[in-house]
Amino acid sequence: MPASAGSELRIVGFLCNWCSYGGADTAGVGRFTQPTDLRIIRVPCSGRIDPLFVVKALMGGADGVLVSGCHPRDCHYSQGNFYARRRLEVLKRFLPTLGIDPKRFEYTWVSASEGQRWQSVVTKFTEQIHALGPAPNQCRSAQAPQEAERSAG
Amino acid sequence: MKIGVFVCHCGSNIAGTVDTAKVAEAARQMPEVAFATDTMYACSEPGQAGVVQAVKEHGLDGVVVASCTPRMHELTFRRTLERAGLNRYMFEMANIREHVSWIGKDMQANTRKATDLVGIAVEKLRRDKPLTAKKFDICKRVMVIGGGVAGIQAALDMAEGGLEVVLVERSATIGGKMAKLDKTFPTVDCSSCILGPKMVDVSQHPNITLYAYSEVESVSGFVGNFDVKVRRKARYVNWEACTGCGLCMEKCPSKKAKDDFNEQIGTTTAINIPSPQAIPKKAKIDPEFCRQFTKGKCGVCAKICPSGAIEYDQQDEVVGEKVGAIIAATGFDLFDYTRYGEYGGGRYPDVITSIQYERMLSASGPTGGHIKRPSDSKEPKSIVFVQCVGSRDKSIGRPYCSGFCCMYTAKQAILTKDHIPDSQSYVFYMDIRAPGKNYDEFTRRGMEEYGTQYIRGRVSMIYPQGDKYIVRGADTLLGTQVEVEADLVVLAVGAESSKGSPELAEKLRISYDAYGFFMESHPKLKPVETNTAGVYLAGSCQGPKDIPSSVGQGSAAAAKVLSLFSRSQLESDPQVSMVDIKRCIGCGKCIATCPFGAIEAIDFRGQPKAQVIETVCQGCGICTATCPQGAIQLQHFTDNQILAEVNALCQQALEVNFE
Ligand SMILES: Cc1cc2nc3c(=O)[nH]c(=O)nc-3n(C[C@H](O)[C@H](O)[C@H](O)COP(=O)(O)OP(=O)(O)OC[C@H]3O[C@@H](n4cnc5c(N)ncnc54)[C@H](O)[C@@H]3O)c2cc1C
Ligand code: SF4
Ligand code: SF4
Repeated sequence: MPASAGSELRIVGFLCNWCSYGGADTAGVGRFTQPTDLRIIRVPCSGRIDPLFVVKALMGGADGVLVSGCHPRDCHYSQGNFYARRRLEVLKRFLPTLGIDPKRFEYTWVSASEGQRWQSVVTKFTEQIHALGPAPNQCRSAQAPQEAERSAG
Repeated sequence: MKIGVFVCHCGSNIAGTVDTAKVAEAARQMPEVAFATDTMYACSEPGQAGVVQAVKEHGLDGVVVASCTPRMHELTFRRTLERAGLNRYMFEMANIREHVSWIGKDMQANTRKATDLVGIAVEKLRRDKPLTAKKFDICKRVMVIGGGVAGIQAALDMAEGGLEVVLVERSATIGGKMAKLDKTFPTVDCSSCILGPKMVDVSQHPNITLYAYSEVESVSGFVGNFDVKVRRKARYVNWEACTGCGLCMEKCPSKKAKDDFNEQIGTTTAINIPSPQAIPKKAKIDPEFCRQFTKGKCGVCAKICPSGAIEYDQQDEVVGEKVGAIIAATGFDLFDYTRYGEYGGGRYPDVITSIQYERMLSASGPTGGHIKRPSDSKEPKSIVFVQCVGSRDKSIGRPYCSGFCCMYTAKQAILTKDHIPDSQSYVFYMDIRAPGKNYDEFTRRGMEEYGTQYIRGRVSMIYPQGDKYIVRGADTLLGTQVEVEADLVVLAVGAESSKGSPELAEKLRISYDAYGFFMESHPKLKPVETNTAGVYLAGSCQGPKDIPSSVGQGSAAAAKVLSLFSRSQLESDPQVSMVDIKRCIGCGKCIATCPFGAIEAIDFRGQPKAQVIETVCQGCGICTATCPQGAIQLQHFTDNQILAEVNALCQQALEVNFE
């Protein structure tokens, strides 16, 4: 099912501030049309992303999660995306254990100048999620995890 | 908490495809939102005044602005909050322009998405805490990397402004490409006459330390406090002792060394000074060609040198420099013309590049300013210039325009007529791009006064015929094939990023584009800044530029550094990590992962704990994702804040009804 037809699905994006968020901005400035399903959460660095965020999103009702950071070797914080790559790769293999189709999660690298690349990443991922359809009901109807606030917040 | 939400129309930029009133209305239902409105231009004077007024009137504790990207106006609105008497970190932005209104036309979907984005901003803001910046001292020295005209200008401006400048240049002399040019468009004044004195100023200025034949090895630290390691390559000549007299060059028996300064038209001696105008004017040995190195015997230069400067056993040396800011001015390289096999570059001796031609035109060049065919030293009468060699060609990965080739080709054609009055120049071109001051007039003069013949079309092939060359191409204005007989062909090679640019960018932690040119912070409003505080750009390392723009950027970057250094202390960004000492188990994982060495181990009542050095922490949050205890939290991007954003998005998904 193409992303444009039918209803929207819930896709959460975690983007690093320096490259991919900038790339998404560049795509916007260039008026590169994209499907509207994705909502972006800005983080300083892909190395900031705790795999828990992705799991929490998928368990909480997201139909797909996309993480995007700076190209390896091009990180604003020099190494953050290397840490991210290691963690996210492990996470991807771990998802089936949780009963989550690993195709619902992708990570990618987009630089601030790559507006067009961002457009195609979003479009492709959204289409991939639409092909999978909404996340299975047991995930969605399960009581949305309550905010277990860490006292250190 | 009382939150105010402001949804910006941005004229029709947002309001055209987002129902901003409806978004504001939805915001009013969100937790702790005490006030929500839509506004025409939130960033304008009246827009900001509206925010200040609402904060005061409604006693707001925090503000969400839904408008453009935070990369554009986050700082603007933080200042607005300060004017309203709030802490500047009690602010969040929802990007409903770049990420919503500009990428889709569906009003309903956009409005829903904008509402969601406001929702996550509100959830994040509910967990924001006031933060205050710490102050730290800055080291008021600056490093300029690259000694082309842009770097020279920046170094001189800052040295004049009283700063200590360290200039690092990769080759043996400063001056960059401009030092190799004969005359410069559009005034046709002599290049070394205007650049030479500046180069001398660099060598004589008490505030400038010049490391020529050196490269940056590593960069650590942050704005105000960078530590740079510079590798001074072995020259086999003691530069303190060398007076640049050149006696060694006269006597050196090895005369086949590559002459890089003359773009390898002709050769030079194994011990050489790049050019008579070189700065520093010091000799260096090319070990590849020196007989002492290759055969183990010679030693002529050591015997002849009156100041005993020769040191065959000299080694590379790494020196450390502390600086507070860095300007990258590493310029550009020229396209490798041999990649166009059909032009015969590299195979036919009389097909040369524009920069080689420039050396040939120069009175101080290898031919003494006489235009000669490399093959037989004859004076050419028919000269064909081919433009866009390695520019505006997608098929070779160079789709961009190099900007200055149209102009230098026009210049070279004019100079050719001056040198050889009975010559005829032809220029194959795609379009003539001459947008600078007096540029169009200049190219016209070339055609009208100097009789340069312009042929619009790409050259498809160049091949030798007798002792001449046939240049075959299309004339797209006449719609026919044309063939021109040439004695000499000059390829206007385009600019590409300087070798090693990506590696240098990685050391400096700045971005580069798909072609390796360094990326500015904002294409219009921050042309010489990068996204890394304290690192600036000047000249062609950011994209091809002619001399006036390179010099302008050099001065602009210098001004940025001078204004940065006008304070004695800088404020650090308080969005840094903080350790909860009770939760920390002292495992040291955060210390090991921090790329900046910003976390130190401390002893807390006999137990090991981690502690963040706030002025060193850059706020990436790698430690936060690493800590098994959740004990180290990046302020303003805490686990709770990001999880709250996730919740806001995912729980709503259950409620929204997609028909
Ligand atoms: C054939 C030709 C003719 C031209 N004619 C004209 C003209 O008539 N008028 C005009 O306005 N413009 C002309 N130009 C353009 C002009 O050359 C550029 O505008 C100018 O050279 C840009 O200066 P820059 O300092 O940015 O770069 P560059 O001149 O390229 O200088 C960069 C310097 O940085 C050094 N460097 C590179 N990498 C490193 C590193 N990693 N570490 C340390 N040092 C490094 C290089 O060795 C070099 O010295 C011409 C260009 C060409 C090719
Ligand atoms: S090395 Fe000696 S001979 Fe050569 S230029 Fe320097 S001082 Fe003169
Ligand atoms: S990783 Fe966490 S627990 Fe370990 S030392 Fe750092 S702050 Fe303490």
